[in-house]
Amino acid sequence: MRIRGMWIGALAVTLAVGPLAAAVSAQGKDVFIPLLVYRTGPYAPSGIPIANGFVDYFTLLNERDGGINGVKVAWEECETQYDTKQGVECYERLKGRSAVLVNPYSTGITYQLIPKAPVDKVVVFSMGYGMSAASDGHWFPWVFNFPTNYWSQASAVIRYIGNQEGGLEKLKGKKIVHIFHNSPYGKEANSTLEELSKKYQFELTLLAVDHPGQEQGATWLQVRRINPDWIFMSGWGVMNQVAIKEAASKGVRMDHFIGNWWSANDSDVVPAGDGAKGYKGATFHAPGTNFKVHAEIAKFVYDKGKGAGKKEEMGTPLYNRGVVNAMLSAEAIRTAIARYGNKQAPTSEQVRWGFENLNLTEKRLDEMGMKGFTHPIKVSCEDHEGGGPVLIQQWDGKKWSVVSDWIPVMRDAVRPKIEAAAVDEGKKLGYTPRDCSKEK
Amino acid sequence: MIYREAGQFKTSYAADQAIFPIVQDRVLVTLGILAAFVVPPLVANEYWLQAVLIPLTIYALAALGLNLLTGYAGQLSLGTGGFMAVGAYAAFKLATAFPWLNILVVFGLAGLMAAMVGILFGIPSLRIKGFYLAVATLAAQFFLVWLFNKVPWFVNYASSGTITAPPRTVLGVMVTGPQATAPVRYVAALGVLALFALVAKNLVRGRMGRSWMAIRDRDIAAEIIGVRPLRTKLLAFAISSFYCGVAGAELVFLYLGSAETLAFDITLSFLVLFMVIIGGLGSILGSLLGAAFIVLIPIFLTNAPHHLGLALPVALQKQIELMVFGALIIFFLIVEPHGLARLWQIGKEKLRLWPFPH
Repeated sequence: MRIRGMWIGALAVTLAVGPLAAAVSAQGKDVFIPLLVYRTGPYAPSGIPIANGFVDYFTLLNERDGGINGVKVAWEECETQYDTKQGVECYERLKGRSAVLVNPYSTGITYQLIPKAPVDKVVVFSMGYGMSAASDGHWFPWVFNFPTNYWSQASAVIRYIGNQEGGLEKLKGKKIVHIFHNSPYGKEANSTLEELSKKYQFELTLLAVDHPGQEQGATWLQVRRINPDWIFMSGWGVMNQVAIKEAASKGVRMDHFIGNWWSANDSDVVPAGDGAKGYKGATFHAPGTNFKVHAEIAKFVYDKGKGAGKKEEMGTPLYNRGVVNAMLSAEAIRTAIARYGNKQAPTSEQVRWGFENLNLTEKRLDEMGMKGFTHPIKVSCEDHEGGGPVLIQQWDGKKWSVVSDWIPVMRDAVRPKIEAAAVDEGKKLGYTPRDCSKEK
Repeated sequence: MIYREAGQFKTSYAADQAIFPIVQDRVLVTLGILAAFVVPPLVANEYWLQAVLIPLTIYALAALGLNLLTGYAGQLSLGTGGFMAVGAYAAFKLATAFPWLNILVVFGLAGLMAAMVGILFGIPSLRIKGFYLAVATLAAQFFLVWLFNKVPWFVNYASSGTITAPPRTVLGVMVTGPQATAPVRYVAALGVLALFALVAKNLVRGRMGRSWMAIRDRDIAAEIIGVRPLRTKLLAFAISSFYCGVAGAELVFLYLGSAETLAFDITLSFLVLFMVIIGGLGSILGSLLGAAFIVLIPIFLTNAPHHLGLALPVALQKQIELMVFGALIIFFLIVEPHGLARLWQIGKEKLRLWPFPH
């Protein structure tokens, strides 16, 4: 009895005092990038390939080139389970190691980190997600969401639908349904779609799916009743596979069902089997492994046994997204190093400059073995988004293939909205806009 | 030997009714509270304050609120997340509609709003008891979260459906918003917690707490001796929801900075309920200990492998964390079903006898 009591006491003391031992370790000369990942939980099917793409590309840089212009890339993964509170905990833990940038990989976490970015001086790079209003660099100097934000993406998808129908004016009277994850992420596209539905006079229905999205029976009954001409989906994690399975079983025309770029991965369509054939998704980079960069990842990373995942799993859309995201981060850091001096890890202010002055040319893409993989990007002080064009890819039962040309976004409709929203969001946080003509 | 009250005579009713009748307790608790106010802001780094101590104080307040309802009045509730959401959204609406209003007043008003909603959802408790009541309060949880997600007025028509804490000052110091420093927010949260804990301690020692406990232990007997069930139960719901509402407002304004309804989903209700059960039902100290257990252990388990020099893959580490955490909950419930507060009580008894146990 006595000894048992002592054991319990000792355990209680360890648990109480233990966390005190947790301290922050020292930083090196490398450029440190915290990776907020989710390899467990209901969003793991989407989170794992992205995380693997990221890590593989950084490993490639270190193995092949010895880092970025001689500065090695250091990173640490932290599991967030796509949960905002855990994400903030991760960020707070890792930012102390002189993190220069963070890729939150969750719109919810991005919203948390945007107010912290200028205070902590950490670049928030939400590539194609996050707060669309943050595309205005006047108000949000520390936030970047190039190549294309949600609003631009939605406008490009509507343009694609218009093209398929034989012109945007033919959209009149058509029924389009937007199925969205009931979170800041899923809701982002709604306002743009509503505006476009007024402009082109199509009937828009917004259907929310609650987190985590395993239960969608009611949603699809409604879809069946509406019998829409086109369905657009902003889903994530298990929600995607459930939606595609439901759609297949309800006899929805799969080639009229388009996911946004977070809703079109192998892990989303494979569970639905043959039923998913014809399903389409938006993207801003090509799927597959037919690029030089993949051959190099295979050679320098997987053949050396340093791969983060399985070699066969390279080339899925989300894996490639991770690669593109890592590449864009690395190129921004390279821009910063090129300006502020080689062989030295840049500070976060310098990296921010690198992001803002990133000019990714066709030639540079070719050098990196990414010709035709994604499109050139030029970022500026005013425009942190770029409004890059969008591709549509289609699942044929075995693999994704690109079925459209680069579709330009409706910049004339989206950009004024961004600028108005940036004023709103910026004022909420008590910001004042900066003068871009004074930026060097 | 040191911890004994020999020679301490109570010569007045006031001395006999003190919260801590033993001098040693009084000194210890006062020092503890002072230390909690002074030491962390001076010593702790931002990670400690922002990721550990601020959520700890806020969860402790929520656990305190639920403990009044579940631990003292015996009404099992799974609506904590919903009531916290009421507090958070009410505080957001008030703070944006009346920018001149002191933020601490906003917290209080948000708590009142939550109390009213709590009374509304407490009405079924007059007919429904035990587990059935838990299911009825579950309705509050789902309905309220759905409501805030559905009606754009609650988020001031933000397209993302996110509420953001506006920057506000108290006595010239920035308390909320991105510019508010972690030590300030911590002290604000701790101040609220200390005040509310004191009020709760006095509530449960007084007439109200006694009638709650009477209802909890045997409601028919309580009714016969003159405790009015309607008033007592609804008061318990109101005061508990008030605490939860203030905690919810703090969660957004002092901790997260911005939030969506997902932050208040059913997992939050369960988390706070676990805090109360592990800490000890019907104990103020238990609420604090339970919150500490639930907040600190996962963080400890996340950091531990790193400090032992183990480079585990993050997914494996997360799964180990969940398993160990679950095992620890079961372990503590088996060795001490009455919660951590009881463990502390046993320790105290032992200390009083030491070094001559019989």
